Amino acid sequence: MLKTRIIPCLDVDNGRVVKGISFVNLVDAGDPVEQARRYDAEGADELCFLDITASSDARDTIYDVVAKTAEQCFMPVTVGGGVRKVEDVRRLLHAGADKVAINTAAVNRPELVREAAEKFGCQCIVVAIDAKQSVPGKWEIWTHGGRTPTGIDAIDYARQVTGLGAGEILLTSMDRDGTRAGFDLALTRAVSDAVSVPVIASGGVGTLQHLADGIIEGRASAVLAASIFHFGEFSISEAKRYMADAGVPVRLPEQEKAEGQQ
Amino acid sequence: MSVAIINYGSGNLRSVAKAFERAARELGQDLPVLVTDDPEQVRAAERIVLPGVGAFGDCAAGLSAIAGMRQVLEEAVIGAGRPFLGICVGMQLLAERGLEHGEFAGLGWIAGEVTAIARTDPALKIPHMGWNVINLTAGRAHPLMQQLDGDGHGYFVHSFHFQPTEPERVLATVDYGAPITAAVGRDNIVGVQFHPEKSQNLGLNLIANFLNWRP
Repeated sequence: MLKTRIIPCLDVDNGRVVKGISFVNLVDAGDPVEQARRYDAEGADELCFLDITASSDARDTIYDVVAKTAEQCFMPVTVGGGVRKVEDVRRLLHAGADKVAINTAAVNRPELVREAAEKFGCQCIVVAIDAKQSVPGKWEIWTHGGRTPTGIDAIDYARQVTGLGAGEILLTSMDRDGTRAGFDLALTRAVSDAVSVPVIASGGVGTLQHLADGIIEGRASAVLAASIFHFGEFSISEAKRYMADAGVPVRLPEQEKAEGQQ
Repeated sequence: MSVAIINYGSGNLRSVAKAFERAARELGQDLPVLVTDDPEQVRAAERIVLPGVGAFGDCAAGLSAIAGMRQVLEEAVIGAGRPFLGICVGMQLLAERGLEHGEFAGLGWIAGEVTAIARTDPALKIPHMGWNVINLTAGRAHPLMQQLDGDGHGYFVHSFHFQPTEPERVLATVDYGAPITAAVGRDNIVGVQFHPEKSQNLGLNLIANFLNWRP
């Protein structure tokens, strides 16, 4: 049986992790590679780097982060943030990313999704959608980190980019992002039901129940969270154990399986 | 002596190479891992790996576009019996043909074809993406599949799957709506649909088994 994926997300600025963390025993808490290794050891199913580097002359730092992570973590890595053209996708994949998330550039020019998918395969092209509710049951795409409305319907757009070759949708509710109030389950479910590709729910996780809700009620294939893992509130293995108890099929960490067998 | 990872323009080979280097190091093998598009390096290699991401037709064309590569593969793998591991589309290329966006010839080393995963249930998402439990085929124990028994998960990402004509070629399956071929093999040849280089310890174990394999 295919397992639900739990994906920790690291915001990376200038090659450094931003948002504080309280992992103990880290030599360098701001080092994305060290955090990636920690999540790898905890049994994360994938890892997501979101590059929020604003200055264009520091943009190359993410390639180095990805390359170093791929040398040490044998798990799938998705990278998003600032991906504007096919060449950006190529460079990230070449550095060691397994999947590349395209956000604003795909809204501006959806054909970019087709070009990237034809060149590298659907399986590595993720379209990141930031959506806000406009009226109940309707959601609008916002770009530039949730600052710019576009008037585009999120469900229609999800269908469009899937048709162009997106292999996965990373769906973030801008209404919920940072609120810790849980995913927008109606949005998650509406998009999950509208497309044939996997949907990753994102935005708003504050409790482990929220993760389970995203799968059970939102019908997502995977859940992404940042702060509940960064701040050391919950480990990946705690999240997985909670989800397993809630009836969500997950891949339990190896040491836990071994303990269970004793 | 070396491991040749064939570079035919298909996606990211860095993580494949790094996983092989790690597995070799843990085995104490001082084994050069070459990512190469040079048929002579492939001919000289002790072990050959064919990775692959993307579409079957593009990958088949990419392999054929390297002058002499297919011939060297025939000589080294079929002729000289060198251990061979195909990964993802590299595994699918073992088939006689693939039906992704058209019809394309594969290496034809294992009879069968590569077809779209049937979407038997609307809730079934395509691509089949994520961690799935590998079920070893009863009675087909294979040296590469040691330590995969039980509840081992491999990382999969694919929309098409290999359906071998001869059931005995199937070393392992996963359940995704229906049984999906996860590993195939004959003689000195093994192919895995999942990504050992992305499957944490299970994947590193499989790579180590491949490096120790004396078919």
